[in-house]
Amino acid sequence: MQTLLFLILFPILVACLLLFVKRTTLRYAVVALSALVIGGASIYLLMRYAFEGAVYFAAPSEAASLAMVAIEMGLALFIVYMGAKFRNYLAIVLAVAQAALVVYLETTFPGNLHAVNNLFIDQFSIIMALIIGIIGSLIAVYAVRYMETYHHHHPEVRDRQKMFFFVTFVFLAAMFGLVFSNNLMWLFFFWEITTITSFLLIGYSETEEATRNAFRALVMNLLGGVAFVVALIVLAATEATSGGIDLARVLASGDAAVVLIPAVLIGFAGITKAALMPFSSWLLGAMVAPTPVSALLHSSTMVKAGVYILVRFSPVFAGTFAGFSIGLVGGVTFVVASAIAISQSNAKLVLAYSTIANLGLITACAGVGSYMLVWAAILLIIFHAVAKSLLFLGTGAIEHRIGSRDIEDMEGLIVRMPRMAVMMFIGIAGMFLAPFGMLISKWAAIEAFVQVPFGLVFIAILAYGSAITVFFWAKWMGKLVAVTRNQERVEKGFMEEPWAPLYIITGLVIATVLLFPVISSTLIEPYVLAIYGVTALLGQANVAIMLLMMALLLVLPISFLLFKRSAKHLPAYMGGRTATPDLHFAGSLGLTREAQTRNYYLTEYFGEAKLFLPGAVVCTVLILASWVFAGVAL
Amino acid sequence: MTWTWLIGAVLFLILAPIAGGLIAGIDRKITARMQGRVGPPLLQPFYDVGKLFEKERAVVTTAQNFYVLAYLIFIALSGALFFAGGDLLLIIFAFTLAHVFLVLGAYAVHSPYSHIGAERELIQLMAYEPMIILAAVGLYMVTNSFYVADIALTTVPAILYLPGVFLGFAIILTIKLRKSPFDISTSHHAHQEIVKGITTEFSGSTLAQVEIAHWYENVFLLGFIYLFFSWNPVIGVVAVAVTYAAEIFIDNVTARVRWQAALKSGWLVAGALGIANLAILSYMMLGGA
Repeated sequence: MQTLLFLILFPILVACLLLFVKRTTLRYAVVALSALVIGGASIYLLMRYAFEGAVYFAAPSEAASLAMVAIEMGLALFIVYMGAKFRNYLAIVLAVAQAALVVYLETTFPGNLHAVNNLFIDQFSIIMALIIGIIGSLIAVYAVRYMETYHHHHPEVRDRQKMFFFVTFVFLAAMFGLVFSNNLMWLFFFWEITTITSFLLIGYSETEEATRNAFRALVMNLLGGVAFVVALIVLAATEATSGGIDLARVLASGDAAVVLIPAVLIGFAGITKAALMPFSSWLLGAMVAPTPVSALLHSSTMVKAGVYILVRFSPVFAGTFAGFSIGLVGGVTFVVASAIAISQSNAKLVLAYSTIANLGLITACAGVGSYMLVWAAILLIIFHAVAKSLLFLGTGAIEHRIGSRDIEDMEGLIVRMPRMAVMMFIGIAGMFLAPFGMLISKWAAIEAFVQVPFGLVFIAILAYGSAITVFFWAKWMGKLVAVTRNQERVEKGFMEEPWAPLYIITGLVIATVLLFPVISSTLIEPYVLAIYGVTALLGQANVAIMLLMMALLLVLPISFLLFKRSAKHLPAYMGGRTATPDLHFAGSLGLTREAQTRNYYLTEYFGEAKLFLPGAVVCTVLILASWVFAGVAL
Repeated sequence: MTWTWLIGAVLFLILAPIAGGLIAGIDRKITARMQGRVGPPLLQPFYDVGKLFEKERAVVTTAQNFYVLAYLIFIALSGALFFAGGDLLLIIFAFTLAHVFLVLGAYAVHSPYSHIGAERELIQLMAYEPMIILAAVGLYMVTNSFYVADIALTTVPAILYLPGVFLGFAIILTIKLRKSPFDISTSHHAHQEIVKGITTEFSGSTLAQVEIAHWYENVFLLGFIYLFFSWNPVIGVVAVAVTYAAEIFIDNVTARVRWQAALKSGWLVAGALGIANLAILSYMMLGGA
């Protein structure tokens, strides 16, 4: 239990310490050292509890719970203050409603608000803790240098780095708390903390746009928060049959119909936090924040909290119409967000839409909730966290070098920033190519959906969705690898800069593929087995083939040695005109002209304007349907 | 027993280029006859590829060799997996990987023509992928296995359950075989193409590798068709021959369409034929019939 408490409390300690650190070098030392400690502690957690199944801890309750309620009220006041300051009255209304509901809950059902065990750890929590502890803290390390450069590039932004790093570490602490809580009141407390911290980080630059988007994120997440409290009230009111606010008892509750309503409400909170349609706009707006914030929100924190809770409740969703509707919200989001990603040329927007799509896919798995799908969902969470953090951090580093985050401007990156390009290449491969992670999960999802009644809907969604995915990732990859001529290498001095987190995460993308049979057999399979009594397995032969493919991919670059000799280099074919290697050709009237290449964005078919509204409407209807189904089941 | 899969893989790696080349020769012969020409000798594809290997090595960038080699290797690997009786979904994904390498090769040379070819190849990929996945799922629903080894040995006439899926597959096969009307990224016909699309900048032995990969791929695709008829090997072989002949016929009577039409056809076919067929099938399996 000490490790759990340590992982929650230590980041808070570091956060407070960072409030007093002004110099970048010192800050770097503190952050790097704490990242090492947090990462180490999460690995210790893995070794200590990986083979023990679910372990529950009583943990001090009275004082802690009281403190949490007090902090919640304080945060509500803070939101009211901020809402009044920036005239966002909807935020005030929601914050007050939420606080009122919490007070109602505390005063009406004081006897039903005790969990026997407040904390717990099982394999799923360990996986989440590793993601938060390793990826999350690596992003924090990266952020130190990034923020220094950021303020160099943006002198107009007020330097609030002390606040920035304070909030970042509080965020990590809240995430740890969230995945270790067995008491749903505690879980809700940490849930609200992540809402506030992301609000503060998104609004960091204090521009009008940043503030507006921060409030949008706040309002949408508060909406989810209100649903969460209502779920808690329902659970407390039906404590005898539903298990009250004890997560383990709720999940084990025999009375599926009673538990389904709070599960759907908490699932709704998960949908808002995971930025599924129609709530996806908050995550897209969040990209006004500095890049490390995006990396944090998209990979290891925030949205992962949303899908964490959905996957936790998937045994309750399994086999119900309500769960099926929630799954469909995810499925529709997956295909629509992927399609919109085709039409985007802004790298961060492509990444954001791809995140939304993948969260949708995870939700689809969780909502339908068969044992194989839960297995696939957890695998997706892992692989997505690793690859997506790499891509965000990479995009941030590229933007600082070439001054643009447009994919068209990344043309020829392999010439200009070879190391960076290779890392981005690996990251993108991790998102959609065999034998990398995300593809393994999609594959498992197809095999699982085939065996589910009405799973055909999801098969169709996956078939179209993965075709779309290939298109938008491959064209980005193509831009990176174009060998442009006469361009300067701007990577010089790259090694001296502490981009170490990038190297480590690149290694992790490859390592997770090589180690995934081990990850599956020691962590995911036991978890699935404990809940469903059966577990998913990938065929040994298939695993062997995947590893063979991976080995082949790692070996193939050696073939470059074969090509070095002799070959004659010619300029590209330019319709027979005299051309130079950098795509200049002899035009008419003796003028030299330049040819340029641009990718297809197919806006006419896949544009945001065309697809967003229908997608949002369908998802809203499906969310409402899930409530109706849950109500009917009662 | 445990080694039979290896025999299939090795036989494919050795024999598929020969079979693929011969099929290409027959294809050219039949095409020529349809156009009222005599046509080249049967072995002409082999002469062509042999000659390509003797050409001077000329590249725009060295990296293009790498991507094309990777393309060839992964096409051969996925075909070998197919004939070793492997998991159909994994094979499909390995094929996608191979094609992405070809596309990257075309991007890498940074040339206007091959760039457009690469984009169009990706659009083709996007057009046919849903139908291929649905075909694999359909075969699973009938035979209860994703493994080619099990599907090939089934006693169930899959085609009777999957007529729509088969028809849809035959239509996207036109894209995969690079045949008109969907040969939008590169074509075998000089009258369709001003410059050779995705392969514009590949020459000599690199171009030969692209051609050999195409042979491998065609043999794999014909194998895929066979799976629909595998309950009876004789009918299977005849069906494969008839389907391919039909593809040649379509190739010769149609002109290239625009990419929009290719994409819409691929997706419409997957939806109207593939999903509808599977929906009826799963309704029957749920006990509706």
